[in-house]
Amino acid sequence: MKTDGQRELKKQLYYRMLLLRRSEERIVANYHLREMRSPPHMYMGHEAVAAGVCAALRREDVIYPYYRSHGWYLAKGGDLNEMIAELHGRATGCSRGWGGSMHLIHIPSGVMGTTAIVSGNISHAAGAALAFRMKGLNAISVAIFGDGATEEGVFHETLNFAAVYKLPMIFVCENNIYATNTHIKDRQAQTDIFRRADGYGMPGMRIDGNDVLRVYDETGRAVERARIGDGPTLLEYMTYRYLEHCGVNEDLELGYRTEDEVRRWMSIDPVHTAEKFVSEQERKNMESEISAKLDEAFAFAKSSPWPETLIAEEAGA
Amino acid sequence: MKFREAVCDATRLAMEKDSSVFVIGVGIIDPRKVWGTLSGIREQFGDRRFIEVGLAEDALTGVSVGAATHGLRPIIVHHRIDFVLLTMNQLINHAAKWSEMFGRQQSVPLVVRAVVGRGWGNGPQHTQSLHALFSHVPGLKAVVPTNPTDAKGLLLAAIEDDGPVIYIEHRWLHEDDAPVPPGYYVTPLGKAAVVRTGTDATIAAVGPMVAEAMKAAAALEQTGLSAEVLDMRTLRPLDSDTVIQSVVKTGRLVVAEGDWSPCSVGGEIVARVAEQALSALKAAPVRIMWPDICVPSSQTIEAKFYPGAREIQNAVMSVCNHYSQGQTIQNTVKKFDGPF
Repeated sequence: MKTDGQRELKKQLYYRMLLLRRSEERIVANYHLREMRSPPHMYMGHEAVAAGVCAALRREDVIYPYYRSHGWYLAKGGDLNEMIAELHGRATGCSRGWGGSMHLIHIPSGVMGTTAIVSGNISHAAGAALAFRMKGLNAISVAIFGDGATEEGVFHETLNFAAVYKLPMIFVCENNIYATNTHIKDRQAQTDIFRRADGYGMPGMRIDGNDVLRVYDETGRAVERARIGDGPTLLEYMTYRYLEHCGVNEDLELGYRTEDEVRRWMSIDPVHTAEKFVSEQERKNMESEISAKLDEAFAFAKSSPWPETLIAEEAGA
Repeated sequence: MKFREAVCDATRLAMEKDSSVFVIGVGIIDPRKVWGTLSGIREQFGDRRFIEVGLAEDALTGVSVGAATHGLRPIIVHHRIDFVLLTMNQLINHAAKWSEMFGRQQSVPLVVRAVVGRGWGNGPQHTQSLHALFSHVPGLKAVVPTNPTDAKGLLLAAIEDDGPVIYIEHRWLHEDDAPVPPGYYVTPLGKAAVVRTGTDATIAAVGPMVAEAMKAAAALEQTGLSAEVLDMRTLRPLDSDTVIQSVVKTGRLVVAEGDWSPCSVGGEIVARVAEQALSALKAAPVRIMWPDICVPSSQTIEAKFYPGAREIQNAVMSVCNHYSQGQTIQNTVKKFDGPF
């Protein structure tokens, strides 16, 4: 029974990661058509973090991701058609065409608004947790951010606030080493981000963010602590971004990272590593199911209406 | 009821009416209760709805945005508006954008109470008005009550509003005392008040300058000039219709605002009158604003810094081309022994 449950979980985790990866590959493949005019921050390489974290959450729990948003949106259960439509700027998009790639939202599945001013979302997550507490709900809130965000003041302010009030939330850092193209060692004298937690009186730990089962397990423990009122946890997941900071291309020509480094991380690719969770037949079925969903999503987006401008004609005159 | 008591009364009534309203701020549990504007609130509603935060204005504003999108109605309290500058990322990049950015699926009902200081040498970083900063951005509203009745009504309206509202509250007015209607009522946002009718010139005044304009109008009457005084009350949305209606009648405009002149609300009022009612103007409008320097600390410079009734009186006589020797009036200097 337990083994069956474990196998089902692994299958689910693999499916989520594959959905994220194939969706972004499709975005990359179509980006040159100039129909998705929005700056995309691609998630490829990070998939185990979103898949593992979101699998440990309930539907009523909420996540506050940042502008590298696609993976989190899909992992938490955001509607694929609406996300692709949003990237196409259509009225049927998850933000009705007003947000674009950096500003996704899907309220029914608990994906709260993603934002582009690094670190601002961390305090929003604490606000949601405060609201859950005040309304007597049992839901928890998750702040999601990169390593660069931990250099902003509001990260520290919010950790302190959440710890003082023992808010039902967790802090998830995706440490991919670079803030845009600047290495963490050029930005931080002490690069163990998880150790910041100690300064605010909460548990913190560093975890291999490419190991989806460990992500799921450690998140689950932090979720449990938050849910029973023991307060927040800071989880630092080590992972790696394959493509350029913003855009759909590789960026080795910039020279800020080496081909060797990229290859090393690709050799422990989270999606590929988890292939063993499913049978060959299961994998093929997943591939064709996802492919069909993406065909449908792109067709839906392209046939959707444009949003109303809401701008009076004379305003432009 | 004093102005500051009216603020407290509104807070209590809103929290009694709606359990989603709560207060959050830095130093709000201080025994002085933000000059009594929060007296008894913590005692009546408890710590769950009275959230003290460490010195973290940026985070507490983001926390309020997050809470507001989950159905709560935060009232953020700042002892000084100057500290609101630490929160501009949350106010302008997040709160003001949120509803439109996500296709109007969520609203952000929050109020930022921000106190403007004056006197006792509070100086460059404790006396700014910053009206224009908060009036510039779509998605934000800004109100400036000038009397106890509106202090209560505008605060209740701001709390009821589904978007972020900056409630700019002048320390200089806190001790003003006047009868206030009992019970719950709202003063609608976006509506200026005609506080004195007149026929020769329009004085559009903001904040403490409304009282100065009233003094000036009374003195002008002695010299045979009839000034209409408008209390703008809301800076965004700005009620330019009421100004234009008045200017069409009087043909002359003086704007009195305690803020710097470049890109000011006063500038916006003059611009809208010029755009929409130029032909009604019999003279070029005049703005009575602060000198273009920071608010000084020393009492001798401070005394010259703030314009008041005298400057307004002179401006009205000048736009009316009327130089009769009237009674020379003094600007209001309130007894204020600080410290802040």
